[in-house]
Amino acid sequence: MTHEPAQERRAATVTPYEDGPLLLRGDFEIVTPDGEHIDAGRPTVALCRCGRSRIKPFCDGTHKLIGFRAPADRQPTRPDPSDAEQL
Amino acid sequence: MRLPEARGDLSAAVIEGLRSGQAVEVAHLPKLRDTDPLADEDLQLALTVCYELHYSGFEDVDDRWEWHPGLLALRAEMEQLFERALRALTGPQPAVGAAEIPAALTALTAEHDGPSLGRHIQSHATIEQFREFVVHRSLYQLKEADPHTFAIPRLAGRAKAALIEIQIDEYGSGRLPRMHAELFRTTMSCLGLNTEYGAYLDRLPATTLAVTNMLSMFALHRRLRAALTGQLAAFEMGSSLPNSRYANGLRRLGGDSRATLFYDEHVEADAVHEQIAAHDMCGSLVAEHPELSADVLFGAAASEALGGRASAHLLDSWAAGASSLRPVTGPGSAGRLPETQLPAGVAS
Repeated sequence: MTHEPAQERRAATVTPYEDGPLLLRGDFEIVTPDGEHIDAGRPTVALCRCGRSRIKPFCDGTHKLIGFRAPADRQPTRPDPSDAEQL
Repeated sequence: MRLPEARGDLSAAVIEGLRSGQAVEVAHLPKLRDTDPLADEDLQLALTVCYELHYSGFEDVDDRWEWHPGLLALRAEMEQLFERALRALTGPQPAVGAAEIPAALTALTAEHDGPSLGRHIQSHATIEQFREFVVHRSLYQLKEADPHTFAIPRLAGRAKAALIEIQIDEYGSGRLPRMHAELFRTTMSCLGLNTEYGAYLDRLPATTLAVTNMLSMFALHRRLRAALTGQLAAFEMGSSLPNSRYANGLRRLGGDSRATLFYDEHVEADAVHEQIAAHDMCGSLVAEHPELSADVLFGAAASEALGGRASAHLLDSWAAGASSLRPVTGPGSAGRLPETQLPAGVAS
């Protein structure tokens, strides 16, 4: 959820939404590594975080089809024991 | 828009009352029949006429009818039937905590297997079917976001801020060409359709009218504000993926980037809106008012159920080789759809 105090402190904020994209708000610009402008088209954008969007760098909802999981907060650095098989 | 053709005694009483300027009294109206209110052509059209007085009204109706006590009393009776049917259709919703609201909304709006309007339109729909689909959506999309604006003064704090963040985008940040309703007008125009608001009202069946009526009922009653937020969240959560299919379908049929912009825009916009709606709007509303959680989920479930019924009507009609629209009445060309392929210059 948005935390207004952080938005007041910073020109722009990035908010991870649980199992979903990163929302980018505020005074930002999206550019290619060469500095080319990428039109965000709106004041608040959703950036793909599952890697499967077909309109990267923006989110197109595909994360819901692939069961993408990610927390809204910082992921714990120590892997969960239940992840052991995948590591 | 002009008053539509009546579809039964109830809508005839409302329409004739408005046209003649005579008082509409509940006592003088036909008894509301015992049919499925969600599919009743007469009831849904009468409700639509009552609600449209709160949006852009009718050219041939005195604007003062919007707050006419007799008409409002009748509308209340119709709404009671409508809401009861919606609650029966969706069943009781659990009270959940604010933290569980996004997951509960996700579960309610998950894509299921089975017939999908989006997949049909992406791969199989003819240009005639695509036009019909657009006509069905036009009563809402030409006033896209307007019902939810009624909720702004009824919310507070973070839920209100979240709704406004969504609405600013819906209205193109105040730039007319980017307003979603205007993008839809462009799509209609590219398809050779009449972009005048309500031009196809006579052709829309009850299943389509019921979707917009649900929005209006939630929007015009403060009591149902939580249902409206849940409905909006469900709408946004079930939007990005189908819209990419609609865009692909229109491209397959020869639509250029101007024609498909409405759908392409919604893929990107609604991926943003769904997060804000589920977490920041509905989550914050329930955090502030835990007693509203069941209504948030009711709104989402009702939106899914009515949306599903409306889509099923299109797919069923097309599977039977029929039009999904009501037949054209009267001798004029009003309400007729073009029979041509996409006009020259639209095909890319």
